[in-house]
Amino acid sequence: MTYFAQQAINAIQLGSIYALIALGYSMVYGVLTMINFAHGDIFMVGAFFCLLLASVVSLPFPVTLVIVMLATGMLGALIERFAYRPLRKAPRVSAIITALGCGLVIANTTLSLSPYAQPMPALFASTSYHFGGLTISSLQILIISVAVVLMTGLDFLIRKTSYGIAMRAISFDAATVPLMGVPVNRIISMTFFIGAGLGGAAGMLYGLAYPVIAASMGILVGWKAFVAAVIGGIGSIRGAVLGGFLLGAVEVMAVAFLPSTYRDLISYSLLLVILIFKPYGLLGRPPNQKV
Amino acid sequence: MKNFSLFFAVLTLAVVVGCGGGSSSAKIGLNVELTGEMPAVGASAKNAAEMFVNEVNKAGGLEVAGKKLPLTLVIGDNAAKADQAAAVAQRLISQDNVIAMIGPDASACAIPASEIAESLKCPMISPWSTNPKTTVDATSGKPKQYVFRACFIDTFQARVLAKFVLNNLNARTAAVLYDVASEAPNGQANLFKETFEESGGSVVAFETYTTGDRDFSAQLTKIKAANPEVIFLPAYYNDVPLIAQQARRLGIDAQLVGSDAWSSPEIIKLGGADINDSYFCNHYSTEIATPVAQKFVSDYKAKYGMAPDDVAALTYDAFGLLAQAIKEAGKLERQAIRDALAKIQKYEGVTGTMQFAGSGDPIKSAVILQIKDGQFAWVANAQP
Repeated sequence: MTYFAQQAINAIQLGSIYALIALGYSMVYGVLTMINFAHGDIFMVGAFFCLLLASVVSLPFPVTLVIVMLATGMLGALIERFAYRPLRKAPRVSAIITALGCGLVIANTTLSLSPYAQPMPALFASTSYHFGGLTISSLQILIISVAVVLMTGLDFLIRKTSYGIAMRAISFDAATVPLMGVPVNRIISMTFFIGAGLGGAAGMLYGLAYPVIAASMGILVGWKAFVAAVIGGIGSIRGAVLGGFLLGAVEVMAVAFLPSTYRDLISYSLLLVILIFKPYGLLGRPPNQKV
Repeated sequence: MKNFSLFFAVLTLAVVVGCGGGSSSAKIGLNVELTGEMPAVGASAKNAAEMFVNEVNKAGGLEVAGKKLPLTLVIGDNAAKADQAAAVAQRLISQDNVIAMIGPDASACAIPASEIAESLKCPMISPWSTNPKTTVDATSGKPKQYVFRACFIDTFQARVLAKFVLNNLNARTAAVLYDVASEAPNGQANLFKETFEESGGSVVAFETYTTGDRDFSAQLTKIKAANPEVIFLPAYYNDVPLIAQQARRLGIDAQLVGSDAWSSPEIIKLGGADINDSYFCNHYSTEIATPVAQKFVSDYKAKYGMAPDDVAALTYDAFGLLAQAIKEAGKLERQAIRDALAKIQKYEGVTGTMQFAGSGDPIKSAVILQIKDGQFAWVANAQP
């Protein structure tokens, strides 16, 4: 029982990071039906911004988090403005190739500035708490709670504010919404800003949890979060969160109860089975048919 | 337009000059991991290679049949990827026309590159690849003819480590955690399990992960439940610190033991207190250095401002072996150099004395080191 509980904690920690990144993919897909493949690299940049900041000044954790989120958010919005917006009328595949290219540029710029893996400084002293055989560190509690707070905040933003209503409207019918006087470009910039900010926060939390950071770290985690977004139903915000936690749980539990060599085989086969029965993901819905 | 033709004229001239240098210098290819997962490995290899070539050229060149020939280095980056390592090998051997290739270092790269070298009949020496498959033909099981290495192999390393854990650490139970997708760690893990169990120990957990993973909590929670005395981590220097840190945070206090994949000083920088007191098997130690090794260590420190790691020392030795073979062959011809390499009876290198007897694997010794307060401290020697 303690063994299961310990593995559940591991799963929630991993899942909350996947979920935070998956949100960025899903939000962008929602408004533009485009997959932002640079998102995994924005996640990586979040960890490096945190490292950079921590090496210059020593700020408390919440301040660092806000600065990192603002910085990565700006990066996301800038990429949208200068790389994706000029191609908005171009075929979808051009936009996707541009996104892949932006990701490569970001990853390789970081690589040339920091060719070696870097140790991430601990922003605060983490203590471990023991309950019976169960171990949980204050860092794990912090990561999970920050992720939950950010996700709840986003859910509120999208459901209750005028920005959120506009964003959902664009994702529902991108052709009619501008005719209603909604500033589409501003809403799209905002979506990239928020999505990239969440990705940056995930990068920072990931860097604190696994404190060796490298320019290549965005690739694998980025792909996994993308899978999580698809499983949850890409375009759906709650689906991305669900997909993230599901992927984390499946990965950890596959190792916990089966030989770890088969982890990826088992977890991705299971996810494929889900897609067979729910081709638009768990909470996704088929695209609107326009007559 | 005018500028264009000028540009092409210069380019053609450069190519002509480049080709003209063919027989008046000995071209050696270096196929290493400059970017990708282990840039520290590539940097060390490049440093040592450039140092060796500079030393030889400063002395007027390498003596081949009474004539002194300068050495030229052609460097290719394999990005620590198997496919790129093979492509770089192909380019160095057939396009750049090198007389021999040094590298790659990671076994995952060295194995595919060795296939290319073998089929094109070009001598190759891997400084650091310890996986048995590098020098053995997979289909016939016989040693490859053109592939050599400057390091010991994993079957020997596994024996050394198994004995060390049983006799010196007095431990009977061990867990193993390794990257199943990476050739050297995979081989080391399986060979360790085999020899450890044959010698009376028991492996209570045998867990894997995949290249690029950073979360090991699920595997470590499983290992914690098995309660081993020792955890064997045949992992590269960039994975070990993360595993060690997560293990300690979970409350696992088992002794950590590693393979020669640990040997970069980067491991100390990244690992901090969590890897203190851990043991690993290595190719040489600066503490018990012979005069040859001492000279290398002090020259390297003077040139690059840091102590040479294993990869640097082994790369230097790979070049030394090749230089000796070229001298003995007396001509710049791949076949003659290969024959001379295979016949080397005694080479006094930085990492000890080496001898080739019937295969590309040298007969040489190993050391056990301990990470102690930010240093690699010598613990024991192990003879073949």
